[in-house]
Amino acid sequence: MGAVRIDRNAIRRSLLFVVSLLLLAVLWEAYKLVGPEAGGKILGARLLPKAENRSMPHVWDMLSRFGRPEQRGSSGSVFMAVLAGGWFTFRIALAGLLLGLAVGFALAVVMARFRIVERGLLPWLVVSQTVPLIALAPLVVSWGGRLHVGSLTWQKWMSAAVIAGFLGFFPLAVGGLRGLSSPPPASVELLDSYAATWRSGLIKVRIPAAVPYLVPSLKLAGSAAVVGAVVAEISTGLKGGIGRLIIEYSREATADPAKVFTAVFGAAAIGLAMSALVAVLDRYVSRNRPKEMFA
Amino acid sequence: MTHAVEITGIRKVFNEGRTNPVVALDDINLAIADGEFISLIGPSGCGKSTLLRLVANLIDPTAGSVRVNGKSAADARRDGDYGMAFQQSGLFDWRNVVRNVELPLELKGWEKAKRRSRALEMLDLVKLTDFANNYPWELSGGMQQRVAIARALSFSPKLLLMDEPFGALDEMTREHMQSELIRICADTGSTVIFVTHSIPEAVYLSNRVVVMSPRPGRVAAVVDVDLGPRSDDTREANRFFAKVTEVREALRGYEHTDALTGGDMR
Repeated sequence: MGAVRIDRNAIRRSLLFVVSLLLLAVLWEAYKLVGPEAGGKILGARLLPKAENRSMPHVWDMLSRFGRPEQRGSSGSVFMAVLAGGWFTFRIALAGLLLGLAVGFALAVVMARFRIVERGLLPWLVVSQTVPLIALAPLVVSWGGRLHVGSLTWQKWMSAAVIAGFLGFFPLAVGGLRGLSSPPPASVELLDSYAATWRSGLIKVRIPAAVPYLVPSLKLAGSAAVVGAVVAEISTGLKGGIGRLIIEYSREATADPAKVFTAVFGAAAIGLAMSALVAVLDRYVSRNRPKEMFA
Repeated sequence: MTHAVEITGIRKVFNEGRTNPVVALDDINLAIADGEFISLIGPSGCGKSTLLRLVANLIDPTAGSVRVNGKSAADARRDGDYGMAFQQSGLFDWRNVVRNVELPLELKGWEKAKRRSRALEMLDLVKLTDFANNYPWELSGGMQQRVAIARALSFSPKLLLMDEPFGALDEMTREHMQSELIRICADTGSTVIFVTHSIPEAVYLSNRVVVMSPRPGRVAAVVDVDLGPRSDDTREANRFFAKVTEVREALRGYEHTDALTGGDMR
């Protein structure tokens, strides 16, 4: 019975998603009908976008652009180019997320173990998130270039993954710390009464207790890693991903305005794919947990 | 003969050396024989939970000594000489019932088959075999508390330390659990130190009731309870009520002296 209810929920949710997409398309076209061609001002500020086709192409133009060749005379369609670029960027973001998970969770464990580390480190983690990615990118590339560990040679995509991970580790460190410190004093006393070591308490109690806290962190980190990967591609000059496509296509925006939007849709699709992945993981890890905790 | 628990000259001061020291316990002496059931009773702040934690070696005394089975409290804790149960059952959501009972055994490095069979044995003892594969949040409060008792007993400790384990249960469940606990202790020969707020509960369960007074926590009186084997009729017997009255008067006694000497009393 429970399974049936969940399925119905899933269907309703995906229906709602489709409906909201359609609604967005309708709004877009409606604005094109009534909005000012040359843009407009509200209270003296230029706020209203230009409704003309070069700034806001028709929905059907953007969609049909997917099907046509990337360049005049080239064999591959835009769709294939965006798909390939999206897959490339998705893998970078995923590598960044995994890196962020490893680093963030390791930091959380150390902070949960030693209060003094928590006090000393946590403010710096907050500061780390204020560093502009654009400033960070060249540093990572040059450090990576000097790195030689055995037979491993530093690839450009690794720099992008490190930058994606740099954005992703923060919510995981903070959420992980909260989760690892979530067992109440009675649970900690219980472990003490068994003369359990800190390590076995970590594995048997603290880590499982942290799981419900890590899931929302993972959602945040997942979208942060996608943004990080796209921005990192652009600022490190990495070829092959969706970030690069956005730059390339936007250069042709005057002649082919619908094209750049295809790459933007591609970037959005990566974000969706990432959150879908996290949702599947969530379903798996919370299958045997009380439902109220996840409301 | 060595006692199950020997408490000698215990004094516990929290925040010692700071501006707001609190004397939680002062001059506590208590010897508990093997197989004895002892209740600690007294108002909030009389240090009964603190005393239990000292026996469990979860905190250290400021002065005095605690010996469990002839060993220091620290050694007893390391050797798994006692099991603990609290007011909140403290079961873990992500483990089903049988794996909750197995947890202490896992931590003590038992092999899988051995700990599973022991855990099922313990669930049989608390009559929850049918719920072995359920999750704690699917169980009623009384059942959760029975799982917690099974867990506390899983590694066969000789001593059971219980801190208001039935405090959150309704009256009917509570009385049922008391009878179950007496049966379980008879089956396992456990020594029990039981912290409670309830006078009838203390009298029904115990061989001796230790009445404590607050600020600082001291032993005000020790009431021997010799009611023989307990049954549901015990709760309605006149000698049961007589003991309840005796404990109640012991609890009141120090209040009177407190009032007479102008001590802190609300």
